[in-house]
Amino acid sequence: MAKPVPQPTPTEQPFYDACARGELALQLCQDCGHRLFYPRTHCDQCHSHDLIWQTASGAGRIASYTVVRRGVSVDFEAPYVIALIDLDEGPRMMSQIIDADPESLAVGLSVTVDFAAWSEEITLPVFRLHPALAGDDS
Amino acid sequence: MTNTGLGGGFALIGMAESDVGIVPEKSPRELCVQVTLDAIHDAGLTLKDVDGLITCNAFAEPIMYHAEAVAEYLGWQPRHCVTVNTGGGTTFMAINMAAAAIAAGMADTIVVSMADSLRSFMTREQAMIVQSSSGHPHYEQPYGPTVPAYYALIARAHMDRYGTTEAQFAAGAVSCRAWAAQHPKAQKRDPISIDDVLNSRAIADPLKVLDCSLVSDGGAAVVITRKDRAKDGPHRPITMLGYGEGHAYEHISQAKDLTTSAAVQSGRAAYAASGLTPDDMDLLQLYDCFTPALLIQIEDLGFCEKGEGGDWLASGVTLPGGSKPLNTHGGMLSYCHPGNPGAMFGLTEAITQMRGDAGERQLPDIKTTLCHAQGGIMSSHASLILGVED
Repeated sequence: MAKPVPQPTPTEQPFYDACARGELALQLCQDCGHRLFYPRTHCDQCHSHDLIWQTASGAGRIASYTVVRRGVSVDFEAPYVIALIDLDEGPRMMSQIIDADPESLAVGLSVTVDFAAWSEEITLPVFRLHPALAGDDS
Repeated sequence: MTNTGLGGGFALIGMAESDVGIVPEKSPRELCVQVTLDAIHDAGLTLKDVDGLITCNAFAEPIMYHAEAVAEYLGWQPRHCVTVNTGGGTTFMAINMAAAAIAAGMADTIVVSMADSLRSFMTREQAMIVQSSSGHPHYEQPYGPTVPAYYALIARAHMDRYGTTEAQFAAGAVSCRAWAAQHPKAQKRDPISIDDVLNSRAIADPLKVLDCSLVSDGGAAVVITRKDRAKDGPHRPITMLGYGEGHAYEHISQAKDLTTSAAVQSGRAAYAASGLTPDDMDLLQLYDCFTPALLIQIEDLGFCEKGEGGDWLASGVTLPGGSKPLNTHGGMLSYCHPGNPGAMFGLTEAITQMRGDAGERQLPDIKTTLCHAQGGIMSSHASLILGVED
């Protein structure tokens, strides 16, 4: 076993290409203005396929989080933080919050995106507490 | 739109459980075969009287054509034979599909049967990975979430929004264990306290190991037919009074609301079909995969106001002697949880109580029961209201 690594479809590839550049990309529906995550062939509000990619700010807030004390497999060294992040642009995504003291976490705190290599080909977004909230050692 | 058309016309006339807990001597397929036959015999029937089989696949022994394989094992060629999978909600969705199939003339009498052996036929690592594989392969699983972690996200959101405490979640586990202590088959029978739960091993904050359901082996089956055909059996028939479903999403990261589930929709539909209300329910058999799921179902199925599930559970109303008995076999937290079949044991306990066959743990005057199951991470919900006539 190794950590699961996405195998992007052609539809999803621009998201991962952006991650590799250090950018968080979201789809924007040209018909209804909805911003999507995860990447899709159709808007999940109006079902238009007129979607374009835009770079998001990378800022968001913690919608919820958990400190995993027993990892899912030997490839994940506990403890680690799984969180749901509400991006400032609207969509919610799951991610990890890295380099954070679990005691310092709370719902609603501001976070910013960072990127971490999951394999030679795949880089994924992860999040850190906003610099103003992070402790001296992070 | 509600799914109510089948309420009142169908009855559960037979049921069976295998041994539960740690059952290494039979494979999941063999358990499924055994409970299929036992449930048919419990109904006073033989295989030739039954013309439909609905099963659920097993994680520990996946079979591409599961129901066909179980029928073949018995040398049986049922007219209707299908495998369904909606995770933990498969149980009651399959029972509703059985009633719908009978209504459509596809069969006259159907056995719904399922079993799995997560405890004895998988390693702990395998069981964890296969269950967490419900996560999105590209946008969730790479981060290493476990199933307890998914429910911990829901728990934390509920705590933040409503002030729910870890001790209030724990009250659900304490209640289930208190009932399990009265059931000779329960996998865990030693009574536990709130402090025992709070001090148990941390799994995914705020959940501790005693907030999490068991990992078990076991199977169960029920036999369904039209109510007018149900009179001649050896047991009091149990009528399906109402049924409803709610489907919100598959992956927790796509949930529009972390603290209110589609149990609201499934419950409303089932209550509407039956003409009954939460106050009319004598017995609750809810889906206690993790303590926060139990608490949110209590709210969403209308037993208290939204956000007050913690106070309601902590009041002790669900404990033995309380006015709303809940999971009187011990639930998946203490009786057994072999994966997708988990809610079947809430159903067999409901039937046992409504037949009056529960022995020392028999409750007086159980005329109606709400059974609830869910699949995914509080994703898809099935509510089934059962009744017994005098």
